[in-house]
Amino acid sequence: MIAALLSLTALGLSLGLLLGFAARKLKVEGNPLVAEIEQMLPGSQCGQCGFPGCAGAAQALAEGKAAVDCCPPGGADLVQALAAKLGVEADLSGIKASVPMIAEVQEHLCIGCTKCFKVCPTDAIMGAAKQIHTVFREACTACGKCVECCPTEATRLTPVPVTLQSWYWHKPEAGWVA
Amino acid sequence: MTFLKRLHTRGGVHPEGMKSLSEDCPIAPLPLPDRLYVPLQQHIGAPASPVVHVGERVRKGQLMAAGTGPVSAPVHAPTSGRILALGDALAPHPSGLGITTLTLEPDGDEAWLDTAPPADPFALAPEEIARRVGAAGIVGLGGAAFPSAVKLNLSRRSSVEVLVLNGSECEPYLTCDDRLMRERAAEIVDGIRLMNLAVGARDVLVGIEDNKPEALAAMTGAAAGTGIRIVAVPALYPMGSEKQMILALTGREVPAGGRAADIGVLVHNVATAYAVRQAIVLGHPLVSRVVTVSGGAVQVPRNVEALVGTPVQTLIDYCGGFSQAPARVVLGGPMMGSQISNTSVPVIKGTSGVLALTRAEIGQPEPAPCIRCSSCVRACPVGLLPLEMASRIRAGDLAAAVEFGLKDCIACGSCAYICPAHIPLVHFFNYAKGELAARERTRMKQDATRQLAEERNLRMERIAREREEAAARRKAEKAARDAAKKAAASPPAQAASTPAETETA
Repeated sequence: MIAALLSLTALGLSLGLLLGFAARKLKVEGNPLVAEIEQMLPGSQCGQCGFPGCAGAAQALAEGKAAVDCCPPGGADLVQALAAKLGVEADLSGIKASVPMIAEVQEHLCIGCTKCFKVCPTDAIMGAAKQIHTVFREACTACGKCVECCPTEATRLTPVPVTLQSWYWHKPEAGWVA
Repeated sequence: MTFLKRLHTRGGVHPEGMKSLSEDCPIAPLPLPDRLYVPLQQHIGAPASPVVHVGERVRKGQLMAAGTGPVSAPVHAPTSGRILALGDALAPHPSGLGITTLTLEPDGDEAWLDTAPPADPFALAPEEIARRVGAAGIVGLGGAAFPSAVKLNLSRRSSVEVLVLNGSECEPYLTCDDRLMRERAAEIVDGIRLMNLAVGARDVLVGIEDNKPEALAAMTGAAAGTGIRIVAVPALYPMGSEKQMILALTGREVPAGGRAADIGVLVHNVATAYAVRQAIVLGHPLVSRVVTVSGGAVQVPRNVEALVGTPVQTLIDYCGGFSQAPARVVLGGPMMGSQISNTSVPVIKGTSGVLALTRAEIGQPEPAPCIRCSSCVRACPVGLLPLEMASRIRAGDLAAAVEFGLKDCIACGSCAYICPAHIPLVHFFNYAKGELAARERTRMKQDATRQLAEERNLRMERIAREREEAAARRKAEKAARDAAKKAAASPPAQAASTPAETETA
């Protein structure tokens, strides 16, 4: 009786101590999910999601405070990837129709005010005072900040042009594969 | 005939050959068209960059656009004449998009550029042969149009053991390689010998399907005493695919995700060997090719030697025009060729055939549900499960399709051909491969823009810091000046606040 009591007490104590020690020693610094989500986000810090930059959005997503479709530049692919990561249902109805976009400066309207290239989070616009500005397609994430600040509505978002290099067959509508 | 190894094959289908339509028609030179439309990209890789200007007169074979970057090919004038325009024109591509094109007005002289062919082409150094092949703008003429010099150089560096010449021409309807082998076997053999001088392979094999007995006989005769082995391979689609040809001839299989060079084999088309011979022995760059014009909707199917840039309509007109309105016009073979919607597009280096097919020939019934008969699995020459891949793609799960081996699919179309439910299997695979490539591009762009954003943030922080420091410096200087002024005006009193401020700033 005594022996059983003692041994069980000793066992409980030692395991409890072990757990307590492990909790302190192997403590996880921050949520690893946040870093993983931040890697998936575009990283242009455009702020369209309403959070302070992509790190803020990643934090909110990890805590479940933001919807998986909160990032417009990420598009449908990102929604799917985030939904898979977080184990939630992806609702693609809102962004189904979205196509990759790109900013464009309409040269006949640009007055060279330099406002747009000052706000561009990826330095994708080049220009100088009283010179027509232009967009580097490779660097533009279509965040839309330049569209908001343009005083003459010279910048706008247009679909990324399809080229021979980027064209591919559409998905077949028919085809009943089991 | 040389001895036959045990031939290895897997999968494959037997589509009706339809070669009798054009196989007995000798290669006929096509009369000069009114205009030639020469696209600056007729190959895999970077587009060529123009070196002529509008209005300039060029001679036949003159360089019009130079290759750019490591994988590219130059473009030469197909005939003598005047450059009329440089701009976008319809590409010979199913998308119907534009491509940068040089328009040439022939002057009818066909005046070649003065060339200086080497006295003894077979005494050239391997590097020199590869250089000349590259400068002649030669690309793979079997259809893929990969720059040949790049392949020769890579193969020499990785010391390839076997050089395989692909003369199988397994696509139905096409007979251009067959005719070339029958009529110009000696030139092809010269080209093969030159290619092997460039790569130094131990074995040289020419694989020809056994449904071309005349070509086999002509090539065997021409290759006698050269050490080149002509091998008859069974007529089975897709025998002309690089990996299937290697498996059949050597018994070795290219590993998944690998290339022919990984197992020490280099494969070239027989028509490419002919172009190599013309480039090195005569000094003539690649400006023309043999094209099969065939199909049920063509009046007189035949083989023509067409200049690069000749509009497809010119070829069809030369063959008597359409006997009936075609249901589909295809460039290349019916299994892997690309459908075009406009016959004004030009013939390019990789165009092996122009097929005008009737509705009965294309036979496109409505797709029905999959009955899981596994015909596609037996037909797949790579050993994949087409039905499983297609069902994953249809459900939008591309990652699962990749696990089933989507990236090893050669898009030969055997599965879609054999499918009793007429499911557009290969269309699913082409879509999925394009979509995966697009996602990869997006990912790469995202990585690049993320880095740009980070660099910008660092820069902004630095600028803000520097501005603050400068402001603090100015403030301190001003405070020091004020203090000095006050000290000069009224010596000891009431200077307590100013030094304190200076310290904190």
